[in-house]
Amino acid sequence: MANMHEDIFPKIYFYRRLVQAKLFIDSHFDEPINLDTIADEACFSKFHFIRIFKKIYQQTPHQYLTRVRLEKAKTLLQSHIPVAEACYACGFESISSFTTLFKKNTGLTPADYRRQQLHLKADRQLKPLKYIPACFAEKNGWVQNSNF
Amino acid sequence: MITKINHVSIFVLNQDTAHDFYINKLGFKVHTDVSMGPGKRWLTVCAPEQPDLEITLMAIDEGMMFKKEEAEIMRGLVRAGTFGFAVFECNDLLATYEELKAKGVVFTKPPTKEFYAFEALFKDDSGNWFSLGEKK
Repeated sequence: MANMHEDIFPKIYFYRRLVQAKLFIDSHFDEPINLDTIADEACFSKFHFIRIFKKIYQQTPHQYLTRVRLEKAKTLLQSHIPVAEACYACGFESISSFTTLFKKNTGLTPADYRRQQLHLKADRQLKPLKYIPACFAEKNGWVQNSNF
Repeated sequence: MITKINHVSIFVLNQDTAHDFYINKLGFKVHTDVSMGPGKRWLTVCAPEQPDLEITLMAIDEGMMFKKEEAEIMRGLVRAGTFGFAVFECNDLLATYEELKAKGVVFTKPPTKEFYAFEALFKDDSGNWFSLGEKK
């Protein structure tokens, strides 16, 4: 057990700095952050930071930042928010680059994605039993003619 | 022949705080969240890379599923940490452990090299415990 702890725990300090950088991206994605800002946050040199981030998370910090921004945009676009507002709220600087990235990631333009999500959301509210396995619905007394 | 699982259930004490735990701490995504009448909610979440497995966060309430005394017993068992419902997987256990700890997740066992796996154990906000291991 002692050897196990010696193996693992010196690494913890290294991991804490890396995780600090990832959490920095998670909480500042909507700001104009760049690699220098992120590497500084974790006290790594830029080159070293990219290398270890990619090793642990299988993507570069920039790819991760873009992914976080796109995921946040997808969440925002599940409401009636205008596409431009979602774009800028997630830290993208131009609607055209946002649209291109979004379409590459989801196969849909932001406007089409929002339409699809709003339709799905309305359908779930209107016909929730379509989305609940019948055994659970019956066990809870939720039947077709219930007034939810 | 059975080919896959598409729903599993985790009994939780409070669906609002469970929603916060699974979404904002574990990083899961909401699949379905609908009101089923006064005080009733169908809430399912998915792990980020497993959108076709819905985890139902099932409230332990008196009703069709539980009688009053059964619900009380069940809540006590969950709170006491009786149930271990799943083994979760991540790419890097130390990084995930540090991240979840920073987000306030309570670990009952730090990353440990066992003969069967490199694993850690954590609890959700209700008391359910889970194993977290590295992808092999």
